[in-house]
Amino acid sequence: MGKGITMADIKADDSLDLRGVLCPINFVKTKLKLETMDVGQVLEIVLDDGEPIQNVPKSIKEEGHKIVEVKKEGDFFRLKIEKR
Amino acid sequence: MVDKFIEDKVTRVPIKQDGQEVKVDFNDLKSGGFIKQRQRDLFAVRLRCPGGRLDTKKLVEIAKLADKYSKQGVVHFSFRQSLEILYVDYKDFDNLVRDLEKIGQKVASCGPRVRVPTACGGCEYNPNGLTDTQKMAKMVDEKYFGTPCHHKFKTSFSGCPIDCARTKEMDLGFQGVVEPVWDEDTCTGCTICSKACKEDAIKSHPETGKPIYDPQKCIYCGDCIRACPTESWQAKRYGHFVRIGGRHGRHPREANNVANFIPDEKVPETIEKTLEWYKVNGKKGERIGKTIDRVGIESYMKFMEPVFKSGEPLKTNTKPGWEKV
Ligand code: HEM
Ligand code: HEM
Ligand code: SF4
Ligand code: SF4
Ligand code: SF4
Repeated sequence: MGKGITMADIKADDSLDLRGVLCPINFVKTKLKLETMDVGQVLEIVLDDGEPIQNVPKSIKEEGHKIVEVKKEGDFFRLKIEKR
Repeated sequence: MVDKFIEDKVTRVPIKQDGQEVKVDFNDLKSGGFIKQRQRDLFAVRLRCPGGRLDTKKLVEIAKLADKYSKQGVVHFSFRQSLEILYVDYKDFDNLVRDLEKIGQKVASCGPRVRVPTACGGCEYNPNGLTDTQKMAKMVDEKYFGTPCHHKFKTSFSGCPIDCARTKEMDLGFQGVVEPVWDEDTCTGCTICSKACKEDAIKSHPETGKPIYDPQKCIYCGDCIRACPTESWQAKRYGHFVRIGGRHGRHPREANNVANFIPDEKVPETIEKTLEWYKVNGKKGERIGKTIDRVGIESYMKFMEPVFKSGEPLKTNTKPGWEKV
């Protein structure tokens, strides 16, 4: 699998482990967390492979936020999202 | 007592009810969206709601009329997105139609003609939507509703390849598509697009993580475009995937896939030319799918070429899948 690193190790202001959390609750939790954060801050989330990684990035983009880093680690993905 | 519904042949029918004569002018009611119920004297009245969309002000007024005219106080949402007022006494037709006219609501149609188009939400509010299905349905309803044909002629618009409006079962169906193009320079090799693609049309390069795209597998849903964090996948063009000759009912037939990427502005011409071909080649009482089976799809493709070259004509001998030419 690809290394998939955008910019080396962006610092996260907060994080959410969403492994085992189903669609669309994983997205809703992400959204709620982002709402408590300031514009420009970065949230790190951990998502399962399969449906979560298929769906959640699309929804994050549709809400206007920016995915700034994606790393694949075994069976899950670590995403960093900049609040917009 | 006449309990038989007369549609096309006679336009003015005097109906006797308890010795009293009631005139119902089927020419005025020319749409014919009145369907006899099994109960004596009672009819279902189908309203014309292209794309299943109604504005709420009108809906409130329709509700009042339904309450006034339905003997049982019920409506039904039909499978083609029409609202049907049930249990209407035929003696009330004139009054109901007049009341409906006052609120700008028309009655739908039956019989051998172009029917009210159906449509999903499309790109207006459905995240998957690629085309403005509601706008297209409105256009078709305004321009072509009621056009006489050899048999019923059903159209529908789906916003994307999920095809909720079931274009495969329509006489003429339009389904939204988008062609993705990839920009290598901005791609970071994150592999999300290969995950987002449900058709296995994108594989990730084992070292770089960058996409390897297989156009033969792509169904043009745009999931890759929506998922890519860096906008490296972009829309090259939007359009309609066109299907012809589908139907359900007792003898279902899956539509032939005939063209891809037909732009919005070529949809009217696609409909007009299709109806023209059907008029010339079809027989009375024959759905267009049957005409195609009898005359051959090649004849249709040849006739449609001037329109279909605005997008891409398809090889039509490959079913149920489809192939690019
Ligand atoms: C409240 C009622 C309904 C809801 C909430 C609903 C919701 C949905 C949703 C969300 C999809 C997209 C599925 C996807 O993303 O894969 C879908 C697809 C579809 N719907 Fe519905 N639907 C409803 C009623 C109906 C009705 C009444 C029909 C048929 C007459 C219908 C036929 C279809 C078809 C054919 C698809 C296409 C895709 C598939 O089979 O997976 N739906 N529906
Ligand atoms: C006066 C003539 C007719 C009336 C009043 C009539 C009425 C209807 C109605 C109310 C529906 C349900 C539509 C909806 O869900 O919105 C329907 C569906 C259907 N009708 Fe008719 N119909 C007529 C003629 C015919 C004829 C002549 C045929 C076939 C020989 C036919 C075949 C079908 C089929 C197959 C459906 C299934 C749904 C579909 O294809 O979308 N109908 N019709
Ligand atoms: S066909 Fe596509 S755009 Fe239309 S309702 Fe279904 S999923 Fe949404
Ligand atoms: S448009 Fe859809 S099917 Fe084609 S590559 Fe993108 S995600 Fe896959
Ligand atoms: S999702 Fe975008 S950035 Fe990631 S690999 Fe695919 S094209 Fe490249």
